[in-house]
Amino acid sequence: MALLHTVNKSPYQCNTLESCLQHVGEGDVVLLIEDGVYAAVKGGKASEMLAQAQGVKICALSADVKARGLTGKLMDGIEVVDYGGFVDLVVETDKTQAWL
Amino acid sequence: MAGPPVMPANNKNTCGVSVKQQLAGDEPVKLGIVVLEGPYQHEAADTAYNFAVAALEKGHEIFRIFFYHDGVNNATRLMVPPQDDRHIQKRWSELAEKHNLDLVVCVAAAQRRGIMDEEEQKRHGKDANNIAPGFRISGLGQLIEAGIQCDRLVFFGD
Repeated sequence: MALLHTVNKSPYQCNTLESCLQHVGEGDVVLLIEDGVYAAVKGGKASEMLAQAQGVKICALSADVKARGLTGKLMDGIEVVDYGGFVDLVVETDKTQAWL
Repeated sequence: MAGPPVMPANNKNTCGVSVKQQLAGDEPVKLGIVVLEGPYQHEAADTAYNFAVAALEKGHEIFRIFFYHDGVNNATRLMVPPQDDRHIQKRWSELAEKHNLDLVVCVAAAQRRGIMDEEEQKRHGKDANNIAPGFRISGLGQLIEAGIQCDRLVFFGD
């Protein structure tokens, strides 16, 4: 069963991303939204954590990436999706878990 | 080779609860949305709104949007944001009218935060009410029902 995990906090503010990554399973998707997108900044300490996540797709919400001036500054392997893509991820996975 | 999982014809398991099915990407689904945070303080109300709009644009059904905890503050018609800012309540009300959405405010959370409809106003002897058009006050059972009826339930909070 594939899960969609949404993470909306900066990893430099609290540890929800870390908790999330400890629980993800093969085939799951992690979607970074709101301040969660800071985790994917290339060269950031948190990006190492994301790079180690095996068998998990990591996505970031384009509107939130853009709002924070991070376009073109994300690490490799991040799939940037718009709100329509967010909806598709919710539908394609079996459940959505928000890491609040 | 194993075929598709065998399910009872009525899609009910032994508990009588709908079985969540594997869904194809393009197939319209029934979505439930939960908003746990108030407007302007956190981004949750904005993200939830944008998600709802995108889901409707894709042809999905939104069974219910449930406002819980500080999320009930989305439902006051007395908010007056600056003219150059988004009007979060009006935005919800207009979306609800356009798509006939069910916007439900948790009654216990609403009482604590002074969100009243006419009935609540009378019941508590208050001199005013403030519920916005398109919203209704009801109980947690509505959230449980959304969890049972919807193919997917998505939470937006802090």
